[in-house]
Amino acid sequence: MEVGMLPISASKRGKLLAAGYTSLDAIARASPTHLARDMDVSDSEASEILNLATKASSALERPNGTHAAVVGGGQTAWDMLNEEKFSSYITTSCVDLDNILGGGIKCKEVTEIGGVPGIGKTQIGIQLAVNVQIPQEYGGLGGKAIYIDTEGSFMVERVLQIAEACIEDMAEYRHRFHKDFQACDVKMHPNNILESIFYFRVCSYTEQIALINYLDKFVTENKDVKIIIVDSVTFHFRQDFDDMALRTRLLCEMALKLMKLAKNFCLAIVMLNQVTTKHIEGSFQLTLALGKR
Amino acid sequence: MANKLINQMGLPKSIGNIFTARNIITAKVTNSSLFSFRFQDALSRTEFELMELLDVGKEEVTSAMAHVSEVVCPPCQTALLLLEQRVRNESLAGHLPTRLKGLDEAMCGGIPFGVLTELVGPAGIGKTQFCLKLSLLASLPANCGGLDGRVIYIDVESKFRSKRLIEIGINSFPEIFLKKGMAQEMAGRILILRPTSFSEFAESLHQIKVSLIQQQVKLLIIDSMAALVLGEHDCGTTRQQALGWHVSFIKSLAEFSRIPVVLTNQVRSQIGDESRMYSFQAQSRSILKDDPATYDSHLVAALGIKWAHAVTVRLVLEAKSGQRFIKLAKSPISPPLAFPFEITSSGMVLLDDDGVEMKGPEINTIHCQGLSLSSLAVSSAEYMFTKNN
Repeated sequence: MEVGMLPISASKRGKLLAAGYTSLDAIARASPTHLARDMDVSDSEASEILNLATKASSALERPNGTHAAVVGGGQTAWDMLNEEKFSSYITTSCVDLDNILGGGIKCKEVTEIGGVPGIGKTQIGIQLAVNVQIPQEYGGLGGKAIYIDTEGSFMVERVLQIAEACIEDMAEYRHRFHKDFQACDVKMHPNNILESIFYFRVCSYTEQIALINYLDKFVTENKDVKIIIVDSVTFHFRQDFDDMALRTRLLCEMALKLMKLAKNFCLAIVMLNQVTTKHIEGSFQLTLALGKR
Repeated sequence: MANKLINQMGLPKSIGNIFTARNIITAKVTNSSLFSFRFQDALSRTEFELMELLDVGKEEVTSAMAHVSEVVCPPCQTALLLLEQRVRNESLAGHLPTRLKGLDEAMCGGIPFGVLTELVGPAGIGKTQFCLKLSLLASLPANCGGLDGRVIYIDVESKFRSKRLIEIGINSFPEIFLKKGMAQEMAGRILILRPTSFSEFAESLHQIKVSLIQQQVKLLIIDSMAALVLGEHDCGTTRQQALGWHVSFIKSLAEFSRIPVVLTNQVRSQIGDESRMYSFQAQSRSILKDDPATYDSHLVAALGIKWAHAVTVRLVLEAKSGQRFIKLAKSPISPPLAFPFEITSSGMVLLDDDGVEMKGPEINTIHCQGLSLSSLAVSSAEYMFTKNN
């Protein structure tokens, strides 16, 4: 491994190379004071570089030691299958749709929902934000929701309606399966449901990127968040963006960050997408916006 | 927030200084304005680019970006907080009642504040009539159920008739408009702008932004958005771009001043084989085409799908075998309902407050059956008749 791979600033890298340190081994063998003198930097900076170098070279050697995987960080298909058996789903409140999806919206995965205006994308989004909160004794997840609104179409009145209906459904479910449990009514109040939906109103693509970066910290602080809904991913990226290459890169980066988030915190990510018309083979057809990245 | 400069955001001093120092250097390199290094630039760059640009290690860049992100990202609110705020701060819980009972019930109280509401329909169906009525409703005093504020009415096609406005007022609210001086006061609250070009419109939008809060403006109407956009840009992409920018601007106007914004849209006939569905639905499309009932539905909204995504509420006004209907085609709070209506001397009147629930794609079709010029003549003759009585 070479010096160029070290996560240090360009000028320090230049100094290292100028002082003749081209391989990590060479740095690892040097002492901090030597390094500081050769590079003409302070002792603390030199020991920092030394730390990074030893860390990097030890990371290279480690894979031989691990037993299960040939390459670090991988997972066998069998393990994956076993893990999937225990993965949790968020119901869409629609049996047919749940069946198609194999149980509902899956945690640890990114789901995209696209459609023409007025078809009900926001409705599904709100529905999921409420359904994720169904307590575990009713077959739900009992988690919280983050709703990222880029279009301003989130309606609290509608959330309240859906929350009320959801509580009614739960009461009915209770009635059917636990007839003797009369005394224990559903304790949830619509306000509890509203309280557990974290709403972010994003007004520009910069804010959107910043929020996605920040989510990592936010979810760490609010561990019981089980779903993140982005309504919609596309809106700000479709408004006057000249540099298409930059747009593509930013979108890909955002998608990767969201996937990582889904995996690390075991939560579901639902992205709503708009449609656009495309000219294909002589006729106009509807396709998902930002489809061809 | 996003346009704030790096040095105003409370980064740890050492790294903040580096950002600022490079700031000038980057400006020199890119030859742009001196303080071009804003958040936007910082957040749009990769970590590696920033490492090179700022000449610092990866860890510093990562922590700085985390900090920048936290500052830039919008505040978090729970839905409960939003609801409480809305109930506490806003008259009529954030809705402008249309005084059409069925429609108000379906829409949780009327035209919602803070979002765009669109009226689509063929010429002569009653879009402007509806707008006139709404502007009156917003200007009414609070004790009469109005918003007690000013109205900005952007009249692109010069269709605003103050005579008709007063007439609607006298017929709908005789107790107010027959009082001496009240008609003048009510009408005096409605400001009509007549931009002749898109650029003039854009300019007035910026003025409106400032005056919205100072002048107690409670409603913004643009009649019609389609005429404004279609009149100027003929080529597809430039129109889309100009529209895209203005849509987000108007949306933010509505949101930050928390007022309802009503826009009208025209219709055009559908071009040839332009499909409204996905390719994999080709089969169902052909079935649709065979259905004789949909033969006349070759009308679509003049502003395309991107626009339709941007509006939050879409009301379709149409005519079917001589009967006019108003349909809730897109709304995050109401089911797809259609109400029959007619235009009378007091404006739009619903014939049935219950509404018919629409199934499938029917809610989005725009019919124009039996709304010929002769029927228009009849309705205006009727209206002359009632006026003379």
